[in-house]
Amino acid sequence: MGKFIRLKKGFTINLAGKAASKVVEIEQPDTFVIKPTDFHGTYMPKPVVKEGDTVKAGSPLFHDKRHESIIYSAPVSGEVVEIKRGEKRKLLEIKILADKKVEYETFKKYTISEIANLSAAALKEQLLASGVWPNLIERPFGVVADPGVTPKAIHISAFDTHPLAPDYSVLYKGQDQYFQVGVDILKKFTSGNVHINTHATSEISTLFSQVKGAEVNKFSGPHPVGCVGVQIHHLDPINKGQIVWTIAPAGVIQIGKLFLNGIYDASKLVALTGSEVKNPQYYKTYTGASVKKFLQDNLKQDHVRVISGNPLTGTSVGKEGHIGFFDQQISVLPEGDYAEFVGWITPGERKLSFHRAIGLFSFLSPGKERVVDTNTHGEPRAFVQSGIFEQVVPMDILPTHLLKSILAEDIDEMEALGIYEVIEEDLALCEFVDVSKHKVQEILREGLELVQQS
Amino acid sequence: MEFIKHQIEKIKPNFEKGGKWEKHYYSFEALETFLFAPATTNGIKGAQIRDAIDLKRLMMTVIISMVPCLLFGMWNVGHQHFLAIGQSASFMDKFWIGVVQVMPIVVVSYGVGLGIEFVFATFRRHPVNEGFLVTGMLIPLVMPPDVPLWQVGLATAFAVIIGKEAFGGTGMNVMNVALTARAFLYFAYPTDISGSVWTYIGDAKAVAGYSGATPLSLAADAATAGTNVVASLNSFGAGWNEGVFSFWNMFMGIMPGCIGETSTLMCLVGAFILVATGAGSWKVIVSVFGGAYAMGLLLNLIGGNAFVEMPAHYHLVIGGLAFGAVFMATDPVTASQTETGKWIYGALIGIFTVMIRVFNPAYPEGIMLAILLMNVFAPLIDYFVVSANKKRRLQRATV
Repeated sequence: MGKFIRLKKGFTINLAGKAASKVVEIEQPDTFVIKPTDFHGTYMPKPVVKEGDTVKAGSPLFHDKRHESIIYSAPVSGEVVEIKRGEKRKLLEIKILADKKVEYETFKKYTISEIANLSAAALKEQLLASGVWPNLIERPFGVVADPGVTPKAIHISAFDTHPLAPDYSVLYKGQDQYFQVGVDILKKFTSGNVHINTHATSEISTLFSQVKGAEVNKFSGPHPVGCVGVQIHHLDPINKGQIVWTIAPAGVIQIGKLFLNGIYDASKLVALTGSEVKNPQYYKTYTGASVKKFLQDNLKQDHVRVISGNPLTGTSVGKEGHIGFFDQQISVLPEGDYAEFVGWITPGERKLSFHRAIGLFSFLSPGKERVVDTNTHGEPRAFVQSGIFEQVVPMDILPTHLLKSILAEDIDEMEALGIYEVIEEDLALCEFVDVSKHKVQEILREGLELVQQS
Repeated sequence: MEFIKHQIEKIKPNFEKGGKWEKHYYSFEALETFLFAPATTNGIKGAQIRDAIDLKRLMMTVIISMVPCLLFGMWNVGHQHFLAIGQSASFMDKFWIGVVQVMPIVVVSYGVGLGIEFVFATFRRHPVNEGFLVTGMLIPLVMPPDVPLWQVGLATAFAVIIGKEAFGGTGMNVMNVALTARAFLYFAYPTDISGSVWTYIGDAKAVAGYSGATPLSLAADAATAGTNVVASLNSFGAGWNEGVFSFWNMFMGIMPGCIGETSTLMCLVGAFILVATGAGSWKVIVSVFGGAYAMGLLLNLIGGNAFVEMPAHYHLVIGGLAFGAVFMATDPVTASQTETGKWIYGALIGIFTVMIRVFNPAYPEGIMLAILLMNVFAPLIDYFVVSANKKRRLQRATV
């Protein structure tokens, strides 16, 4: 039996522009991009294609020097039109001009009973070769999983509590069979359990409730309860020297499809959300899609920020940008580059705040959906220990002390204070509520990299 | 509005890198961000949206929580003035006397403090922090109404330079800056901070029988003389201000004392604002009061002299305990930074306040010393709380 865990701390950011439960199919975008920067811990990504090469869905695009066996492959078939590099020739993105009809590399197909008899090694081999592997994320550090280790458990968060998050019952409708096969395969990789962490109060889709062979746990509380790191902390925390894997349901489904259908199927639903979108809804597309076609004639105004992912942890990609590897959401928010006269004291029920300081009344109507822009609402200042971080981190971790130890580059202290248990998304709310406007997620990643290199 | 914005944009290049007033960039930044919340947007990666709070608003919240104490203090300065000189006066007359007496102290405190802040910000090249907006208001509130202005200026300068900037500026200071200013006066000019300084008398003549004694000094005297503290408090002021030190009068704060700290009631109003807005820690406030009351009760049980036997609830309304608990102990920089630590920190402040009051007649104002002492020990408390957190993690690893 799974556990039932109730959390109190946190803050659910309720924004306007949630996607309606409607799936739309439009003409597929022209270009798709895979960005090595989406994968933490890649050390020296090296392309295996040249500009002008043609690829199929599942053909290798690049691999990384840290683990050469891990292949990162093309989500769609087409022509490699651009290999973009940045400073020091760092590989930034590989762009594919897609064919009208996707052609697939073929991998070996299995029946369910055959899969049951496959060894972990054989399963890993096909996952690595097809490019499905990078869906597996290793904690600590939130990097692509090392195929050579056996994690003590694998965790799957079955809901998303980020602002404007897509509804998993829409995203994964009808994928039950693939999900089940994916879970069966994952079980062979771990010495412990596969945990599926569901939301206690909302309706759970059959995908998660009917699954066999996994621990189904229940969680309730405000965001970040949906973050898998928070869930792990309460179920079976990561200690020094231990390794846990996490994977999104989309990745589990891809694993199932790889073995049942013999292809790397990167098709997915993406939620187009945000207050500036005319028709927020779901679109059917593939990993790495260009956002351009979804936004066409679908924006209320022009001065917007287009984010791949959610507004709390996402990346601004621009109107011509592409969706990140792990993202299933595009958020479009008003750009906030305006100066507000004495904006530090003007009252407003409209201004969203976790705080209740003078003039901030949003706490009076927590159920109201709000339009929030990208303004910083203040300027960077020295750390003030107001105890507010502690109110949005539902873990036995002292976020301020941890962040200070990172700023001091004290690796022993970071370890002792629990840096192994968190990645950016787990502390993203601290960045939101911070009075002094620190880049908490960036600081945390620097700390993780320091520990990793030590 | 557009005009001001335009003017700021016009002079801005002078302060930016390479401009002729480049050195004064942070002074300019302070002014600019005061007028306009900046047009900056969040970075490409990470949080794309931010809470509407900023440090200025948080500090304003704290300042607003002090306004009841300030307004009441102004009226009370006038009220005590007319009582001491034996005249009756209207509400507005009293309030006006208070305004005239208090405002210069506020101006000196802000002027000196902010001046030093700007100088340090310019030389050290860091933004001017809003923390002093609160300190600059706290200092006048803990000053006696009749304090010479040069002493206010000197105390503020000492507190900001030695108490704060020497430690690295806002956020790095170990001891509460406003209390450092008060302690400086207390130890540097002990003869001035006693007697009639608690009441503004001015050029007028005090009535016969007037005395500048405070409840704390009365209690200490009673202890030496072996008389009942409550009785001597109740009988004080006979003839010119009878009942000034009765329990309820002290709770209301209609008595001589520092400008802003006489009224327990107004401090509680401030505490309500701080707690409701989340700007101050309720844990600290509750534990200071709780610690002081518990210590008072304990001493009542043990017994000894008259001060020890003073009913415990009197401790909560005499001296600056309420003001210290609400506005000084809750300073996020100098208080304990862990949530568990806040309980310990607050309770110890309460306990030490009562102990210093009762057992050390040389220093009647126990709250000031207790908070400064605990400011020094707060990092130690945090050290143990953080160590406990680390230990839990380590133990988990071995099982």
